[in-house]
Amino acid sequence: MTYLLRDVSTMTVRGLRLVSRDVDAIITAVLLPVIILLMFVLVFGGAVDIGTDYINYVTPGVILLAAGFGAANTALAVERDMSSGMVERLRSMPVTAWTVLSGHVAASLVKNLVTTAVVFGVSILMGFRPEATPLEWLAAVGMILLFVGWITWLAALVGVLVRSPDAAGGFSFFVMFLPYVSSAFVPVDTLPSWLRGFAEHQPVTPVIETVRSLLAGDVATVADPGGVAALAIIWCLGLGLLFAVSAGLAFRARR
Amino acid sequence: MAAIVTAEGLHKSFARRGSTSPPVLDGLDLELEEGAVLALLGPNGAGKTTTVRILSTLLRPDAGRATVAGFDVVRDARRVREIISLTGQQVAVDGKQTGAENLTMMGHLAHLPRRVVRDRVAELLTAFDLADAASRRVDTYSGGMRRRLDLAAGLLTRPRIMFLDEPTTGLDPRSRQALWDVVRAVVDEGTSVFLTTQYLEEADRLAQRVALVDGGRVAAEGTPAQLKRQVGEAGVELTFVSPADAGRVAPVLTAATVTAATVDGARVRVPTDGSVAHVRSVLSVVEATGVVPEHWEVRAPTLDDVFLALTGHVGQDRPARSAEVAA
Repeated sequence: MTYLLRDVSTMTVRGLRLVSRDVDAIITAVLLPVIILLMFVLVFGGAVDIGTDYINYVTPGVILLAAGFGAANTALAVERDMSSGMVERLRSMPVTAWTVLSGHVAASLVKNLVTTAVVFGVSILMGFRPEATPLEWLAAVGMILLFVGWITWLAALVGVLVRSPDAAGGFSFFVMFLPYVSSAFVPVDTLPSWLRGFAEHQPVTPVIETVRSLLAGDVATVADPGGVAALAIIWCLGLGLLFAVSAGLAFRARR
Repeated sequence: MAAIVTAEGLHKSFARRGSTSPPVLDGLDLELEEGAVLALLGPNGAGKTTTVRILSTLLRPDAGRATVAGFDVVRDARRVREIISLTGQQVAVDGKQTGAENLTMMGHLAHLPRRVVRDRVAELLTAFDLADAASRRVDTYSGGMRRRLDLAAGLLTRPRIMFLDEPTTGLDPRSRQALWDVVRAVVDEGTSVFLTTQYLEEADRLAQRVALVDGGRVAAEGTPAQLKRQVGEAGVELTFVSPADAGRVAPVLTAATVTAATVDGARVRVPTDGSVAHVRSVLSVVEATGVVPEHWEVRAPTLDDVFLALTGHVGQDRPARSAEVAA
């Protein structure tokens, strides 16, 4: 057990090194989210009228979108480990080899924490005015990390299953699509009814609504046991568990 | 000396049900003595990698039994993993980490105490001539340097048995030579080495015992010298301009020496004990015929000859079996 923790931390340090030394990963983690934020606020923002400053509305959405980009990187990194002989070597050692997956997931969480900080920073410079208390901030970031967690475990699963880097890269299409069909960028009730059904019943919408409420200092919405926050947490934990277990099993099965 | 690795009747097939493709391993037996080097020699698709993967606990055999230091590779896989190291065909180090970082990571994953990791990493970097490159990213290393780092990563724990799967494939001659030196040094420290290779020369240079694998079983096994003896003695080989010339010289040689000269196209071969006197007498007979050979040499049988004689085909020319490639 003590070795398990030590192995995961060793692999996390490795994952962070790989990410921080990969120009592509840095661009997708830092530059791309900022560009997308600027694009939404400056280009689309003028045309979208939702009764509040668009930047207040869109900032959490950009952060979740960035989590999707980052996940594609994780899928690629896992695929590389599977096909490069790294996993082969670890399997011949007395380590629980799937710690390699945990390492990538943990590194992804840290990376997304940086992304989140950068996007919030730029957003605040551009006029975003959250009214959250420090505790609400903490809760909002926690919610974001829960979301990043399940999407990264999904990415790890994809990385284990695919047999080529191209296939791992193609995964980003799917995760990028999710935030667009949610309340991340436009209110759900502006969507055609058939899409609205999907948007209302997919994990991004309750997560976005929870983060938005927390940042607006609207604790009542979040505290409601039958409300969006509870739904968001159930979605994220459920999917996280599902994909973590699947990734672990797929990892063991792939020889 | 006791055997440290044994395999009895290993079978493995990757064929799907209903497929007629032959098994990759078809009753493979072998033994590695403690402290020795065993080379598994064979063409692509012979089952070398599958054997290594089974012995290093990565793959379960369909049938048969294998032990490493007395531990069963299936039932006691964990114990086996504590005493072996595997260096696969692909270099398993991170390009984006430095040489020292890669080794340190592997040391921690092997659960060595931090202090031991630090000392051992420094020691191995020096021993493998990588000390100057220790803080450079592996991306900037040459192929030979990567291979050396990869080997070093397998040696952090001072394994009792080291599995090397085609360690020099793709290396230039100088890097290959350097790697052979490293393997010899490892053996001198008491590690037993299980090596697979497609290169006959490599098996000849490194291994005390060679097992020729073909079609998933061991076709022949012995010391390199024993295997060569199975094929025959050394011979004087004379290559002429034309088969007609060879045909004219051969009967004369047969008449003059006790043993028969054999003709193969424009080439004539006379067995020899390799002594100066005998070689000179053979050459005198040839000179007297007035037919001038294009080229001549005294040639000891190579493992290539052994391969040809024992399996009916030359080592490298066999197409890979799709099953092993996919695995």
